[in-house]
Amino acid sequence: MTEIASEHTAVHQTAATPPVVTFQGVVKRFASGTLALDQLDLAIRNGEFVSLLGPSGCGKSTALRLIAGLAEPTRGSISWSGTPLPTLPRRRRRVGRGARNKPEVGFVFQEPTLMPWATVVRNVMLPLELEGVERRLATKRAVQALERVGLASFCDSYPRELSGGMKMRVSIARALVTDPPLLLMDEPFAALDEITRFKLNDDLLELWRAVGRTVIFVTHSVFESVYLSNRIIVMTPRPGRVFTELAVDAPYPRDESFRTSAEYARHCRIASQALSRAMASAL
Amino acid sequence: MSNADPRPRPWFPLPRLRGRVGEGAVAASQARGTGPLPNPPPQAGEGMDNRATGAITIRWSRIALPIMTLALGVAAWDLVVRVKDIPPFILPGPGRVAATVVSDWPVLWDSLLVTLATTFYGLALALAGGVGLAILFNQSRLIEHSLYPYAVILQVTPVVAVAPLLLIYLPQQAAVLACAWIVAFFPILANTTLGLNSVDRNLVDLFEIYGASRIKVLLRLKLPAALPYMLGGLKIAGGLSLVGAVVAEIAAGSAGAGSGLAYRIAESAYRLNIARMFAALILLSITGIAIFFALSLASYLLLRRWHESAIAGEP
Repeated sequence: MTEIASEHTAVHQTAATPPVVTFQGVVKRFASGTLALDQLDLAIRNGEFVSLLGPSGCGKSTALRLIAGLAEPTRGSISWSGTPLPTLPRRRRRVGRGARNKPEVGFVFQEPTLMPWATVVRNVMLPLELEGVERRLATKRAVQALERVGLASFCDSYPRELSGGMKMRVSIARALVTDPPLLLMDEPFAALDEITRFKLNDDLLELWRAVGRTVIFVTHSVFESVYLSNRIIVMTPRPGRVFTELAVDAPYPRDESFRTSAEYARHCRIASQALSRAMASAL
Repeated sequence: MSNADPRPRPWFPLPRLRGRVGEGAVAASQARGTGPLPNPPPQAGEGMDNRATGAITIRWSRIALPIMTLALGVAAWDLVVRVKDIPPFILPGPGRVAATVVSDWPVLWDSLLVTLATTFYGLALALAGGVGLAILFNQSRLIEHSLYPYAVILQVTPVVAVAPLLLIYLPQQAAVLACAWIVAFFPILANTTLGLNSVDRNLVDLFEIYGASRIKVLLRLKLPAALPYMLGGLKIAGGLSLVGAVVAEIAAGSAGAGSGLAYRIAESAYRLNIARMFAALILLSITGIAIFFALSLASYLLLRRWHESAIAGEP
């Protein structure tokens, strides 16, 4: 699992890099009959920061849930590092993980999704404990993950004692604690105020550069997607399909000067126009 | 107790007395010499002192006012009995009831212990049964759909009507216990079921991402999330368990030998020992109040670190 991550820590990727996860003709229809995804094809390459940009309800979150294994595609296939994954009974996922060659993922929800009855450090060590890591080692790694997001001094606080931005940091620390090669983020900063969001965007980029993981970031904000990612996948409204892909070739590190640059504005304009056309295509 | 609101709080928790009216009330209480404040009435802007004394005043009034009401009620009772010269076998005065509590203490104490034991065991069984069933229901739709209607039927059938039947088929102790259990288990079952079904969907997904087993999801996610609901149910069940025990004891009537407080009430009624009826009744009330406070305290201790219900007023 971790060899994928350790081989590629470089930030800048080329098309030659092997894909971590590939969608081929993925269709997802809910039990209610709603068609969420229709013939979705995409390839996420190692080390990329990819944004899925689209209006609410375009199935971007559904795509993320499929990658996380929280749902199965109705048709089509999702493969990991080129290996298609066999469909297994839901309850046997844990056993099946190795067989499917599915790497571990970290997942950050739109809400912090912390357990209110547990301290910050207990929240962060939860993934390790669920995987059977011994308590003391789990605590140590949780504290390290909290250090990375600048919250080491809040280990013994309860979630209710933290601000919205801090809770989201805890949530990110929890997603990173297992050192997953793939980090999935589902509109994680949508509920935060703009100042906090900008700060967390900067911190996320720094973190991404430091740990060198692949990030798939779902957002409906053009500005956020341009600022963060090196590739933007614009999706159509429901049923979700890839409308177009945009490369954001501005170099990292990006900071405040990038946010105010003409280049940033140009990318935002392009992305914004692409999004409008994607919306119009559905009408 | 740091409070962001710099305005003086109304000291008196009546809906009509708010803001500046409250200050007047404080002043009035001082004029009567009943107020706890040696200082002049608090002015806005005095900061911490102002707020601290305000809080103390509120707390003081919450205790003192019910006691005053009680004293007035008892005084009125005493007055009526004296003025109308009511004989004690119809309505004994408060003094006589108090004397009975003291003189009959050995009998009443033994009965109190019996009732307390029944209530406690009933509640413990209700907790085990209610939580156990709620977990079963949560794990299996089949079991839930098969049993839930009968849990409701058990709840809506008046226990007074069931008690005589139970007394026929069960030994008295067991019948009394069964009654306490029947009325107490449903609130725990209903609340715990609600709690187990109210778990944050995202947290459930999170546990699934990390491949948590069913038992781990139950122990580490669902039960902690259901705890506040469960404790709410327990608080209701505590009082009901006492009610169930009393109902069954009354229904058992004269049959019992080592019987509880309710039996003492029934027995005293036959003997026209009204003073002892009142004495036993007062002990029952005190028992109910004690159970409620004990369960409230337990709930507070378990939830104070994280649940909104237990942390009101703190920063």
